[in-house]
Amino acid sequence: MEMFIMSLTIFVLAIFVGVEVINKVPPTLHTPLMSGTNAISGIVVVGAIISSGGSEHTTVLSTVLGVAAIALATINIVAGFMVTDRMLNMFKRK
Amino acid sequence: MEVLINLGYLVAAVLFILGIKGMTSPKTAVRGNQMSSIGMLLAVIAALVDHNVVSFEYIVIGVLIGGSIGAFMAKKVAMTDMPEMVATLNGIGGGASLLVAAANYLESQKLAEMGKFAVSYDWSIAVILSILIGAVTLTGSFVAVGKLKGKIGDSNKVKLYKWIVKLCFVTLIAGAGYFAVESQLNSDYLILGLIVVCLILGVCLVMPIGGADMPVVVSLLNSYSGLAGAAAGFVLGNNGLIITGSLVGASGIILTSIMCKAMNRSLTNVLFGGSMAATAGVSKSENDAFYDGKVKYSSADELAMLLESAQKVVFVPGYGLAVAQAQHATRELANMLESNGTEVKYAIHPVAGRMPGHMNVLLAEAEVPYDQLVEMDTINPEFSQTDVAIVLGANDVVNPAASKDPASPIFGMPILDVHNAKTVVVVKRGLSPGFAGIPNELFIRENSLMVPGDAKKVLQDTIGALKDL
Repeated sequence: MEMFIMSLTIFVLAIFVGVEVINKVPPTLHTPLMSGTNAISGIVVVGAIISSGGSEHTTVLSTVLGVAAIALATINIVAGFMVTDRMLNMFKRK
Repeated sequence: MEVLINLGYLVAAVLFILGIKGMTSPKTAVRGNQMSSIGMLLAVIAALVDHNVVSFEYIVIGVLIGGSIGAFMAKKVAMTDMPEMVATLNGIGGGASLLVAAANYLESQKLAEMGKFAVSYDWSIAVILSILIGAVTLTGSFVAVGKLKGKIGDSNKVKLYKWIVKLCFVTLIAGAGYFAVESQLNSDYLILGLIVVCLILGVCLVMPIGGADMPVVVSLLNSYSGLAGAAAGFVLGNNGLIITGSLVGASGIILTSIMCKAMNRSLTNVLFGGSMAATAGVSKSENDAFYDGKVKYSSADELAMLLESAQKVVFVPGYGLAVAQAQHATRELANMLESNGTEVKYAIHPVAGRMPGHMNVLLAEAEVPYDQLVEMDTINPEFSQTDVAIVLGANDVVNPAASKDPASPIFGMPILDVHNAKTVVVVKRGLSPGFAGIPNELFIRENSLMVPGDAKKVLQDTIGALKDL
């Protein structure tokens, strides 16, 4: 339970940080902001990597699910960062 | 080693925050995005050196598959299709979190057999939440994509979907309660059943929402995709995931509330009120009677003459501009006007287009300088000194009824006051109603002219006519 309260504390504080920072993003950049956060939400890849790393406690099914999760999360990371970069360069070139 | 790994996650989270901070100005945004990607690289490295990771071949396979699909998507997508792209990525993010939760459940079984894991209530709740948010985000996003593409129309079975949603929630709560209290680690079928229920829930939550409200839905699902990640973080006890997921969650929530405000509707009304056009819209004959004989039609040649003598011109882009891919023609016309000494600006309504900031990206693609894109509150006082306002495929966001007619379904929604301009030129394919399903008084006003046709074609004709003048 102690662990849970710790995690909850971090969760709530991080939401406040997020609101503070993101409120300052101008409307002109809201689309790149969304695709950029798409990329960042690919962070679940971390969980997926640990699941498919093949140590003693994984099963065949959990490995399959883990690899599928890695593939999906990597789509988000790669597509998210690349398309955001594409858009932001359009804004930058003037 | 454990300490180093956790420090790695912390540094990654800080880089994400700094990356988003870079997004506060177009000048620093590219660097911000690069910072975020370095943060991601760091997080991946930290995960790879985890003591639980002993073989890498499967990881490499997953990364190669995902990486090539992702790169292909990012290179191919047209700027007009960004709403669909973001909605798809939301869904994929939700799906990944769902899979991580399911894989963790299976591993926990094995660990418990080995005596290295003891179930707890917070773990059970985190698993259920992770499955719920992940699955709803996955299927909800794909329904949203279908609606954005126009493949799924507005539904008239709102009541049926609401009924199914209630049923899903009851089943879910019962199942989750049983899972947490009774069975926990030997309930494979229960978990599978709950996943199916949550997948259905995602479909039925988004189906009854009107196509017009997709900007809100896409923003909200963006938030969910982050929260799904945070929930997975609770399951795994990983703080890096929790921090990052909540950042994304916060971003989506802010965008959702901006969208709702710009439509003067509450989130509950958007989510559960059904489609606006289906409840408040007028029939085709009523619509025709409203406009009958009162619209003044004009042509590209006349528009060119008007623009020739104008001191100040404001373009008002809407979704029609995206459909017609008219952003480059708009820029070309604007260039000609500027070289003629005319002041040119672009008025951007927060919900113009199909997602937050959609118009800005399209115009940036056509190399319009971002300082010419003016937000609603700043541009509204300027319309009275504007000679020509050109409305390109926008409708409800320029409907004066929103500020004057308390009986109108869109009353109270902030609009662009284009009707204050000396002349308003509306470029539109026909007189069909906009998303809200109501006729627009702007089109029959004294100072309004209608140039019927596809925005791109009309603009190109106007450019041709201006050259001949």
